Amino acid sequence: MSATMNVTLRIWRQKNRHTKGRFVDYPLSDVSPEQSFLETLDVLNNQLEARGEDPVAFDSDCREGICGTCSLHISGTPHGPMKLTTTCQLHMRSFRSGATITVEPWRARAFPIVKDLIVDRSAFDRIVQSGGFVSVKTGSAPDANSLPVPKANAELAMDAAQCIGCGACVAACKNASAMLFVAAKVSHLALLPQGHAERKERVVKMIARMDQEGFGSCTNLSACEAVCPKGISVNFIARMNREYLRAGLTG
Amino acid sequence: MKLDSKIPSGPIQDKWEKHKFETKLVNPANKRKYRILVVGSGLAGASAAASLGELGYQVDVFTHNDSPRRAHSIAAQGGINASKNYPNDGDSVWRLFYDTVKGGDFRAREANVYRLAQLSGNIIDQCVAQGVPFAREYGGLLDNRSFGGAQVSRTFYARGQTGQQLLLGAYQSLMRQAAAGTVAIHPRTEFLDLVVVDGQARGVITRDLVTGKIERHLGHAVVLATGGYGNVFYLSTNARNCNVTATWRAHKRGAAFANPCFTQIHPTCIPVTGDHQSKLTLMSESLRNDGRVWIPKKKEDRSKDPATIPEGDRDYYLERRYPAFGNLVPRDIASRAAKQACDEGKGVGSSGMSVYLDFAESIQRLGQPVIAERYGNLFEMYERITAENPYQKPMRIYPAVHYTMGGLWVDYNLMSTIPGLFVLGEANFSDHGANRLGASALMQGLCDGYFVAPYTIGGYLASNAFKGVTSEHDAFREAEQAVDGGVKRLLSGRGKRTADDFHRSLGKILWDKCGMARNAAGLTQAIGDIAALRAEFRENVIVPGEGGDLNQALERAGRVGDFLEFAELLCLDALHRDESCGGHFREEHQYEDGEAKRNDEAFAYVAAWEHAGAGKAPILHKEALAFENVHLATRSYK
Repeated sequence: MSATMNVTLRIWRQKNRHTKGRFVDYPLSDVSPEQSFLETLDVLNNQLEARGEDPVAFDSDCREGICGTCSLHISGTPHGPMKLTTTCQLHMRSFRSGATITVEPWRARAFPIVKDLIVDRSAFDRIVQSGGFVSVKTGSAPDANSLPVPKANAELAMDAAQCIGCGACVAACKNASAMLFVAAKVSHLALLPQGHAERKERVVKMIARMDQEGFGSCTNLSACEAVCPKGISVNFIARMNREYLRAGLTG
Repeated sequence: MKLDSKIPSGPIQDKWEKHKFETKLVNPANKRKYRILVVGSGLAGASAAASLGELGYQVDVFTHNDSPRRAHSIAAQGGINASKNYPNDGDSVWRLFYDTVKGGDFRAREANVYRLAQLSGNIIDQCVAQGVPFAREYGGLLDNRSFGGAQVSRTFYARGQTGQQLLLGAYQSLMRQAAAGTVAIHPRTEFLDLVVVDGQARGVITRDLVTGKIERHLGHAVVLATGGYGNVFYLSTNARNCNVTATWRAHKRGAAFANPCFTQIHPTCIPVTGDHQSKLTLMSESLRNDGRVWIPKKKEDRSKDPATIPEGDRDYYLERRYPAFGNLVPRDIASRAAKQACDEGKGVGSSGMSVYLDFAESIQRLGQPVIAERYGNLFEMYERITAENPYQKPMRIYPAVHYTMGGLWVDYNLMSTIPGLFVLGEANFSDHGANRLGASALMQGLCDGYFVAPYTIGGYLASNAFKGVTSEHDAFREAEQAVDGGVKRLLSGRGKRTADDFHRSLGKILWDKCGMARNAAGLTQAIGDIAALRAEFRENVIVPGEGGDLNQALERAGRVGDFLEFAELLCLDALHRDESCGGHFREEHQYEDGEAKRNDEAFAYVAAWEHAGAGKAPILHKEALAFENVHLATRSYK
């Protein structure tokens, strides 16, 4: 068993979106390197609650990197220092003892703060509502094997489809652009024959909605890809741009 | 209370067709006059809500998550079963039905299981049409793999993220209906009570988790698709926020709770590392296709580097004990075998509470790229959590609580003992008996939501009269006051221990006394310990903050309070079921080789418990199980 660590968590506290927030320092001792970052917040919250203080509000659910609920800007990077890793799978062994770790919510106009480290990401749901689906009614599907899909296309579609909708791409972007999120869904469905019927309409509507929600334009800097816990490639943004152009040209 | 399973008459293969024809229909123009309240947005809830919306009903969906896409179905890894028989290896509806009844150790209702097998193929068709990117062969057609408890390859998968892709398919259909205006989504909203008016489920009371506002919602039917209660054990593979509140509070309003002691301990999870642990992470059962489970034969080898232990000194105990199924025995059997190995002192790792799952032979035979294509993301996840590379060193695994077969009792229509309250997916008890086979949970959730509930709820609406009540009815007022009182009582708690701390203590009692092995003395003690803990919770819990605000301490306290009540019923059911079957292993009932010993004469029934009021013993009702198509036999995977 490795030795325990001491760390200071510098956490953004904000009662709600109408009040001003500030950083508060919380020193923690005897932190196990084996414990996850969110478990460290659990330990802190347990201490705060036992003293009758308000625990730090943060979102988390599956704690295995797939539901996309957890967020957190950790020492300047969405989801913290480990590549291809969500905050819930980040462990304390990624930090050194004695470190001060700054913890902030996602910062983006389209993701207003709800409380402390929790933001409202419902804009993503509204973008999907604008066209991120195949219009197929329950019961009307043909046999699953009636339409072969080349394996390479299916694999590429899956690369895009694994987006967990966490919003790290938006948080990392200087312009708070949602291009990677939208591109992943547009590409996933454009790469499969099932998505072809609504291909043009989908990309046009989803981009319009994205703009309406207040997300910025693409910076072409690929900060989104660098922090994406699922490693979704910016090539999908290029693909979405081609889809958009094609929809415009062919009406 | 009277249990009427409403199983249609006739041969099992014709029951569903006949029942669909005999079920009354709601005229298309009348559908929009009915409002259906769906609680939960996982596979069962999202698929039901989307399908009901498409049919033209007005639907409201409530989820405690910030988006319906985050429900815990998303974490299912390995796959979804269907009897398509694409691999031409002898699968059929009948075989899937047979495997599921047998895998459930003969404690499931035959008619429901047969319907599930019959509809399994439609699910795959539906999901592919939605754009679910299932794994494919080079010819472009769908690929399959094997799972425990079956000798055919019937599992469809999307890498190790099948649940995610299926849920996103259902979520996208749900979003389409939200845009069409048939479905209203209520995120960050928690169900806190069911409203029953003149014997019919007519509404729900919710709390807005952001503003704290308690709200009344009126409908013609209520659907609970709120998942299982595995988190009663504190440590489980469930998401942090999974809870028993919805099903437990519906139980207190009159819905019978069936077979709560049927809990599934999954054999392949990442072992516990310390007291800080907040959850356990599953490693998909699909890994047992290519991984071999072993422990050292000699106790003194258990701390050695596994690579230095020669073949002859390794005990591949599943292959040895179960040559026919080998590493692919059902989950309950694999879990118990791992426990036995560790109890004998041969477990590995620093705690001695784990066994090896070794891929060395498969990597040698197939090459690392093939293994990486099949399980890459699982290997990465393992390395991220343990800081060990499973391509080079065998994984270490140990069983963990994963799924609950028990749940609210439902009839063939998936309706509970409260008329108008339907229960879908893991929240009901119906299809998996005493043990669920791998890749069958996704199948059941989607089957209930896409293909069963849309018919049976219509049938209920068409054949019942509804009084013109409003949400000002006394039943609504009473339920809202009860919820409000509960919230205020928790907030007045100014004791010394947090809700999370109580939850940990509860989990320890259950894991020790009502986990993988149970006995009468331990269960009796657990019941006393739980009552004492519950009494302490009332006196000594501390819940800071206010009710009219986002307050996660309050959310946790409410859920833990319900777990503390429910846990007692769980142990009571385990104590009353004086036999071993599936995931319920009573140490008093085993064969000489340690296999579970069922008692069909005394216990071939569903135990459905009726709530008799606070402080009163619950009342047991029995639904006898008839096995007319799969004959009762001792399960053997040897």
